Amino acid sequence: MTISLLANLLTEPPGPAHYMTVGAVMFVCGAMCMATKRNALGVLMGIELVLNGANLNFIAFGSKYLNNGGPDLGLDAPLIALFVIVLAAAEAAVALAIALNFYNNHDSIDVDRADQLQG
Amino acid sequence: MEQIYWPSVFFLIFGGLACAFSLAVLLSTNIVRMAFYLVLALAATAGLFFLAGQEFVGAMQLLIYVGGTLVLLIFGVMLTSQERFVNMKTPAGDWVLGMIAGGALLSLLTAAAFSVPEWRSPERAAVEKLQAEPNATPIGMGLLGARVDKIDAPTSEQAGRSGYLFPFEIVSVHLLVVLIGAAYLARAKRRANPLPTG
Repeated sequence: MTISLLANLLTEPPGPAHYMTVGAVMFVCGAMCMATKRNALGVLMGIELVLNGANLNFIAFGSKYLNNGGPDLGLDAPLIALFVIVLAAAEAAVALAIALNFYNNHDSIDVDRADQLQG
Repeated sequence: MEQIYWPSVFFLIFGGLACAFSLAVLLSTNIVRMAFYLVLALAATAGLFFLAGQEFVGAMQLLIYVGGTLVLLIFGVMLTSQERFVNMKTPAGDWVLGMIAGGALLSLLTAAAFSVPEWRSPERAAVEKLQAEPNATPIGMGLLGARVDKIDAPTSEQAGRSGYLFPFEIVSVHLLVVLIGAAYLARAKRRANPLPTG
């Protein structure tokens, strides 16, 4: 079913489902980055990917070009997407400061070595 | 043979680029290459935003993310890039577990996306009739508390609505606090045991 939906994408406009598929790929890649990378900055990049995948869904549901005249999120979607972008920038600044502090104190950026709070 | 719908072609290009570079971020072990692939993935996402008719958000994505956040990340990479941290290998067991969990999540999300009929493609004729509208002004008015898209709604629905003025203020103060906090955390510290002088 998914294959046939993708096959006639050349003659039909994309819908929210197509955007959600791209968003799902970005989300899963980001989540797996967060799970498997040992470099703290790699984990941070995974978080950025996750937030972008989520943003893509907001934009898809708010766009009148993608939704078939039915109810869409309208103006709420770009506003929420903008808040997500701003919060991602703030989070990156703090996470980077923490990573630099960790690097200065431990001479390492390996998240597996961040076990000082271990009980 | 039906005529090719060009926005769909651009969707395939930008969507394919976004997926491919996200995968490249995941699969690369070199942190510098990861940062570069992330730039390209986020730029392709901005292209998808433009394609959905949200030019303002796409422009902000390019300005704030690609121009700001990623420069910050690349500075972090440069400040911590010792030779043994540039390439960090993940144990194979982590990869296997991650692939199983990620594959399950991806198949679930994709199946969910295509399972709702309202989320499928809209009618081509209906989409082609739509007029493009500028969207920076409604967004700016929404941030200042006036919802221009709800101006025809009945007054009972408008009571208590103030757009996004309050979240805008909260996020502004949050950004200020976060920047001060980040500068405090990353400041140069006095050494705990200074070198003996003289």
